[in-house]
Amino acid sequence: FLGAGGGNDIQWCFSQVKGAVDDDVAEADIISTVEFNHSGELLATGDKGGRVVIFQQEQENKTQSHSRGEYNVYSTFQSHEPEFDYLKSLEIEEKINKIRWLPQKNAAQFLLSTNDKTIKLWKISERDKRPEGYNLKEEDGRYRDPTTVTTLRVPVFRPMDLMVEASPRRIFANAHTYHINSISINSDYETYLSADDLRINLWHLEITDRSFNIVDIKPANMEELTEVITAAEFHPNSCNTFVYSSSKGTIRLCDMRASALCDRHSKLFEEPEDPSNRSFFSEIISSISDVKFSHSGRYMMTRDYLSVKIWDLNMENRPVETYQVHEYLRSKLCSLYENDCIFDKFECCWNGSDIVMTGSYNNFFRMFDRNTKRDITLEASRENNKPRTVLKPRKVCASGKRKKDEISVDSLDFNKKILHTAWHPKENIIAVATTNNLYIFQDKMN
Amino acid sequence: QDTQEKETVTPERAEEAKLKAKYPNLGQKPGGSDFLMKRLQKGQKYFDSGDYNMAKAKMKNKQLPSAGPDKNLVTGDHIPTPQDLPQRKSSLVTSKLAG
Repeated sequence: FLGAGGGNDIQWCFSQVKGAVDDDVAEADIISTVEFNHSGELLATGDKGGRVVIFQQEQENKTQSHSRGEYNVYSTFQSHEPEFDYLKSLEIEEKINKIRWLPQKNAAQFLLSTNDKTIKLWKISERDKRPEGYNLKEEDGRYRDPTTVTTLRVPVFRPMDLMVEASPRRIFANAHTYHINSISINSDYETYLSADDLRINLWHLEITDRSFNIVDIKPANMEELTEVITAAEFHPNSCNTFVYSSSKGTIRLCDMRASALCDRHSKLFEEPEDPSNRSFFSEIISSISDVKFSHSGRYMMTRDYLSVKIWDLNMENRPVETYQVHEYLRSKLCSLYENDCIFDKFECCWNGSDIVMTGSYNNFFRMFDRNTKRDITLEASRENNKPRTVLKPRKVCASGKRKKDEISVDSLDFNKKILHTAWHPKENIIAVATTNNLYIFQDKMN
Repeated sequence: QDTQEKETVTPERAEEAKLKAKYPNLGQKPGGSDFLMKRLQKGQKYFDSGDYNMAKAKMKNKQLPSAGPDKNLVTGDHIPTPQDLPQRKSSLVTSKLAG
């Protein structure tokens, strides 16, 4: 449960921060995705420079029971490179849009990473021993002169310093005309989907030379284009079910058993709009930037510009809960449109099925407890650097008299956006990405 | 009977009025095709290898006209060259998160 005080409340404390301190942020260092693996032992980040950095949680130190293991760098590699499509005069960014982990099947770890056009399957494996004592080769690999070999020996494995290697095992290319916004691994662990603005494709993890198109919303005449796909995800348990969200604020649930091309949805989730409230901004702020199923699969959460909505899969006509992330921005939409912030794509994440988290501006992030209906605003800042000190809740003053410790809307820094957050699958550990830094917060253990 | 109701303007409508005051020619279709087409065209640069090679062949030894002050504006005789495209080099530097 959330909030300050009370026996069961989570008390968030600063744990670690990764990244450079300097204010001058190189574009390549902008973090574009954050994702824990299924056990929570590994935490991956992707950035605008096409690089992936993976952190590993330390084994818990039995004597230091007051904190869970720290995350240290485990592996880092260049996932995607910038490309130029000369035929279409199109620059292809190397920015990593999404990372999704596969569940672990053997000693190695696998993840999918994608930029706008190409998805790659990466294998991350450890090497902690190496063969020594070859008869025909020196230790540095040079071949020995066979005439100098007078005795034979059996090569043995000797321990070496741990080396973590990342290698691309599959490259899934040339299937998307438009820009990929989502990838989602199916619960069958054999297939996955990739979604761009107008189409969704289904892939088999072993097969790179073909994929099946399962959703196509491209109109015959592009002048008739009214909405695009903004996010897509497979249901966590039903391998035939997936959802995709749109720029118009709708979510469609599709069943792959119904037909090969799922252009006809099985369910359409949409909240009716009050026509008298409609404005120029209505459609823009209703655009869904992220959709995530709860771990049980009974609910799904959507994030639009100002709110987070929880939907019950059994009820299509309205969300069961709506949480305001930063309602005070509604009276700032004009300037947010002028500085393009209104198009910022915030993500959201679950803790099981009870608490949801999402980011905001000024390096603030928000959590909503579905059970207690309490919410909290916290800040990712190097000023709160003391481990085991509980983070102080923040409050934004919309108008009128600003109380002490509150911050007024006009003082908010709109360049400090928290778009990407992740929650450890099993513990109360969260990863929060500011523009170029990664913060890790933990529940204060008593 | 004609009842005159005082309409309270919602914050959103007030913001819309502000925007329309600044930009009177703002599109009739709010949030419609314009935004979406712009989104779909992300990454579009204007370099035509055909034009470039033809221009090179024509000019032979002469210098190709270089880009004006605004490299994004390509008009008239100016043929975009690969040099006009912003250099997209891959990151050779390790991420600072790993530092």
